[in-house]
Amino acid sequence: MTARPRPRLAVWKFASCDGCQLSLLDCEDELLAVAGAVEIANFPEASSAISDGPYDLSLVEGSVTTAHDAERILEVRKQSKFLVTIGACATAGGIQALRNFADVGEFISAVYARPDYIKTLATSTPISAHVPVDLELRGCPIDKGQLIEVLSAILAGRKPNIAAYSVCIECKRRNTVCVMVQGTPCLGPATHAGCGAICPSFRRGCYGCFGPMETPNTAALAHEWELLGASPQEIVRSFRSFNCAAEAFRKESEAHGI
Amino acid sequence: MQDTMTAGSKAVLSSDALQALIVALARQGYTVLGPRVRDGAIVYDEIASSGDLPAGFRDRQDAGRYGLEPREDGAFFGYAAGPQSWKRFLHPPAQTLWSAQKTPDGFTISREEVSVPKLAFLGVRACDLDAIAIQDRVFCEGPYRDEAYATRRANVFIVAVNCSQAGGTCFCVSMQSGPKADTGFDLSLTELLDGTQHRFLAEVGSEAGAALLAELPHEPTTGAHLAAADAIIDNTAKQMGRHLDTDGLKELLQASLSHPRWEEVARRCLSCGNCTMVCPTCFCTTVEDHTSLDGFSATHVKKWDSCFTLDFSYVHGGAVRTSGAARYRQWMTHKLASWIDQFGTPGCVGCGRCITWCPTGIDITEEAAAIRASQCVKEESDGGA
Ligand code: SF4
Ligand code: SF4
Ligand code: SF4
Ligand code: SF4
Repeated sequence: MTARPRPRLAVWKFASCDGCQLSLLDCEDELLAVAGAVEIANFPEASSAISDGPYDLSLVEGSVTTAHDAERILEVRKQSKFLVTIGACATAGGIQALRNFADVGEFISAVYARPDYIKTLATSTPISAHVPVDLELRGCPIDKGQLIEVLSAILAGRKPNIAAYSVCIECKRRNTVCVMVQGTPCLGPATHAGCGAICPSFRRGCYGCFGPMETPNTAALAHEWELLGASPQEIVRSFRSFNCAAEAFRKESEAHGI
Repeated sequence: MQDTMTAGSKAVLSSDALQALIVALARQGYTVLGPRVRDGAIVYDEIASSGDLPAGFRDRQDAGRYGLEPREDGAFFGYAAGPQSWKRFLHPPAQTLWSAQKTPDGFTISREEVSVPKLAFLGVRACDLDAIAIQDRVFCEGPYRDEAYATRRANVFIVAVNCSQAGGTCFCVSMQSGPKADTGFDLSLTELLDGTQHRFLAEVGSEAGAALLAELPHEPTTGAHLAAADAIIDNTAKQMGRHLDTDGLKELLQASLSHPRWEEVARRCLSCGNCTMVCPTCFCTTVEDHTSLDGFSATHVKKWDSCFTLDFSYVHGGAVRTSGAARYRQWMTHKLASWIDQFGTPGCVGCGRCITWCPTGIDITEEAAAIRASQCVKEESDGGA
């Protein structure tokens, strides 16, 4: 019984908070198994020993917000056989895509003492806006169970089990009493599964960390929120968070006129 | 007591006998599951004593709305169907079916042992009894018997409770499943509250039920008890929050596959799948294969699925039911029409859960009525032409 060849793994950071990369380091129980199954060739957050590409699998965290990063992602793609984006930033542009709704020049002059030192793009865009992506792993942050599932699937050459249906299905499987029907607005019906419906299990509405589900009917959900008493501003803010630039959430936030 | 109990025998219990019932079931090795208040709802969960029961609460249900309110009369069972049915205990949301292990010369497969606790369900309503009977047919009849389900099912003791109050979304009368439990229980109870006395009329449904009732302190019934119980059930039948006209419904729906109403409901439907998850008869599952990081072991897992997901209708190359209209139509016509072709009865028992727990309050009875109404208009105009 021979062990499989160890694919070479690289982890890349773009505009992000590092939280998703940390999910990998946070895989305490599985970390040794991960290290045994793949060769960690380039993961600065974990090891200073960095070896050159090409890589069998690249995990990309973060969005593209600078001209330099727009160049860098092309090189990462060239060096990678499989490219998997991890998290809301890499997959949808992240919370920093709020700049897409405003004038980034104004932000810069308000925040920095020397605005002329800052070179940034007017928008924050997902990796898929720049290069072809093989798989997108949602979440802010990603779910470590899903990350392990993707790694083991790629290693086995099988399709990963990453469901694109609503959070509600996970919520019902875990036997949570629906908070929305009890009067608390929840984004779960329009949100991509993956977290295991954590927030409703703590009696909170879903915040939409995993972005739009496969067939999001955001208009019907927003209408129901209105019936529950949510203001247009609350609706805009809810759709305009970590996944504000994801098409369905962006459009719904814009439909409420702020 | 010297009386002999058989199926159909009746007796009167004091409200204290509920505690004796729970204790007797526990002594026989049953884990007792019953109604209790959790997270602002009356859910079915483990109970240790009659003190866990939701005395003092009633539910308020409507399309997409649920809440609890206090009640003064101390009824233990003064509420209707809960957020989820008994389905999750007989047909769990996730089960590992088998696992495989690599060996030096191939691999071995081992079937997952089903651990079969003895479960006692306390407070099963008539609609849910009917739903259990429907799932029994789905899982145990025909060539592909689900042994895990059958094993769990054989270990269940059922104490039914006849409804003394219908919920705002109930329509068991339309589906002829309630509000009285006629069959499928070991013991059934009707809660009798007349201001001064709090009692239960118990009816035996099986030998096991007869043996249990004989153990409990009980009194003979009088005509007054029987009349009171009948009156309660009659009254509940008059309180139905919803109504579904089932006359010719199967043919009507099957002839309305291109009806504009499907597009209309799809504008409100979130394709979230809640209706299928809470439905006590919905049985669909998907399977997933998982492999370990080292590649030496694998598991095959079955999970609740829903006809509202795209993967549900995925065949090579893509999903067949890409529109929300097609998915809602699949769900509703399966429940009310093609289920009859498949299993001989509708797949709906009128529990109302899909109405209450739909986040946008889509109401299966309203949708069916809308299709019928427009069909009538069409017939009239056809006839008048
Ligand atoms: S609480 Fe939210 S996620 Fe859970 S079922 Fe209700 S709407 Fe869906
Ligand atoms: S279709 Fe709705 S009312 Fe009918 S059994 Fe299912 S959940 Fe209950
Ligand atoms: S549908 Fe009928 S049997 Fe079911 S809870 Fe309502 S009244 Fe009781
Ligand atoms: S009918 Fe309601 S519960 Fe069912 S999928 Fe549509 S929105 Fe969700």
